[in-house]
Amino acid sequence: MATGTPLERKPLTFAERTYVPQIVSGLKTTWKHLVKPKETLEYPEQRPAIPVGYRGVPTLVKDPNGREKCVSCQLCEFVCPPKAIRITPGEIAPDAPTGHVEKAPKEFEIDMLRCIYCGMCQEVCPEEAIWLQNQFSMTGYTREEMVNNKARLYEIGGTLPDSHFKWDKKKSAETHGNDRH
Amino acid sequence: MIELWQNLHPVVQGVLKGLAVIMVIFPIGGACSMAERKVSAWIQGRPGPNRAIVPWVSWIPVVGPFLQRLGIFHVMADGGKMLFKEDALPGHVNKFYFVLAPIVAMMPALTTVTAVPFGAYLDEAGKVIPIALANVDIGLLAVFAVSSLGVYSLILAGWASNSKYPFLGGVRASAQLISYELSMTLSIVPLFLWVNAPGLEATLGLGRLVEFQSQPGFLGGMWFIFLMPVSAFIFITALFAETNRQPFDMPESEADLVGGFHTEYGAFKWGLFFVAEYAHMVIGSGVFTLMFLGGWNPLPWVSLADLVGWLSALSPLLAHPIAVGLLSIGIFLGKVLALIFFFMWVRWTVPRFRYDQVMELGWKKLLPLSIANLVFYAIAIAVIQTK
Repeated sequence: MATGTPLERKPLTFAERTYVPQIVSGLKTTWKHLVKPKETLEYPEQRPAIPVGYRGVPTLVKDPNGREKCVSCQLCEFVCPPKAIRITPGEIAPDAPTGHVEKAPKEFEIDMLRCIYCGMCQEVCPEEAIWLQNQFSMTGYTREEMVNNKARLYEIGGTLPDSHFKWDKKKSAETHGNDRH
Repeated sequence: MIELWQNLHPVVQGVLKGLAVIMVIFPIGGACSMAERKVSAWIQGRPGPNRAIVPWVSWIPVVGPFLQRLGIFHVMADGGKMLFKEDALPGHVNKFYFVLAPIVAMMPALTTVTAVPFGAYLDEAGKVIPIALANVDIGLLAVFAVSSLGVYSLILAGWASNSKYPFLGGVRASAQLISYELSMTLSIVPLFLWVNAPGLEATLGLGRLVEFQSQPGFLGGMWFIFLMPVSAFIFITALFAETNRQPFDMPESEADLVGGFHTEYGAFKWGLFFVAEYAHMVIGSGVFTLMFLGGWNPLPWVSLADLVGWLSALSPLLAHPIAVGLLSIGIFLGKVLALIFFFMWVRWTVPRFRYDQVMELGWKKLLPLSIANLVFYAIAIAVIQTK
């Protein structure tokens, strides 16, 4: 509800009614815009600065030791709202260096025609294995090209630093006893 | 060379001169369409069209990229597109008049240029001779008479389209033209009262106006925009309305009438309307330059003859009639292009008027103002010139 007295409108002065001073000041404003540097980012040559926490194309990452982080728990597959992720779980051979991790994806596909870049897969991942990174432009000529398979996901994902090395700790606890207790 | 020219039949001479002028007007029209896009972009903080380039031009080191940034090749791309796309003829139109309208649009636009002098040279006696296709005595009257025919094409297009928006656009075009033609003509009567001083041969030629603006002395060298600012203001406002530029783009009214009179047009026929609009703008700016901005005189109080005097001190070659002619045409074109830039600048500054505001401004403001202006100057000129 409006309170108080409404503002009284002053009658226009003669100069204002001729409309000319207003046009002149308007011309001054547009002239300022004409000469100032342009706002446009000329895209393919100039790239935008990607802010921290940007949600680009989802990728799979490896830890600094080169171990693939995903253990194919399929949580991301279940949480994915548009059902863009399809995981075929596989086993790691017991005699491999990371045999104690037991599972890794045999195939991991993200259909980028379905993905809505919501980041829920990254949020739900207990292994911090899936990350939405900086890549924002994803193109292809066919529908098949737009499905990122496991090799491609690791290729664009690369390696991210790890502060836990959770599975190394588990292995050392198994062999040397848990020093945390 | 000059003898060969003078031995040609006058008709052949006329045709060649006419073609030469058209060869200048058409590229200026094309360049204007590009300038329109560039100026719009700059005012909106964008660089504007700057990508198209022909490969062999891109091989030139500095000039190639510069031309690319300037968007020169987009003009060709636009023109090529307009020429080669399908020229659709809607089924519901009156075909004869529908096709006739764009042709009628071009004719007055290119005819008016005959009466507009666009440069000058000095003959042996040092007298300034205007360069024009036809330096006729009725000058301005011819320009006004023919250029107002341009509105027929809009009415014809609107009517022949047999559809509501073009029809409204055509009606608006005619109403707007009638409203502003009056104040436009009245606004320049004082000029001709002034230049047809007692003892001189009476004329409506545009050359005489420039002659009057290149006299020695403070008042003599003064451009008419300083001497009669109200006339200049009314004339340029009416010119905006006559050339259907924003803020008076009633016939087109992109905002409320889709495309106005050219809603049903496409491809080359639409392109003709477009070029005709720019040609009108060029001619209108030319007439304004001649009347108020001193024509081919480089600066106020500095006439072309003064400039040539200084230049011939440098080199006698610069005083050659051809050099002077080119120089004067260059000065004149520079002023015209600056004025066209002003048209574009205003387009992005002043919001467009509503239709009733256009009518009110024309009939209730500009017409009384131009009559008052005429009465004032008539009395003043009578007092000064009969002293």
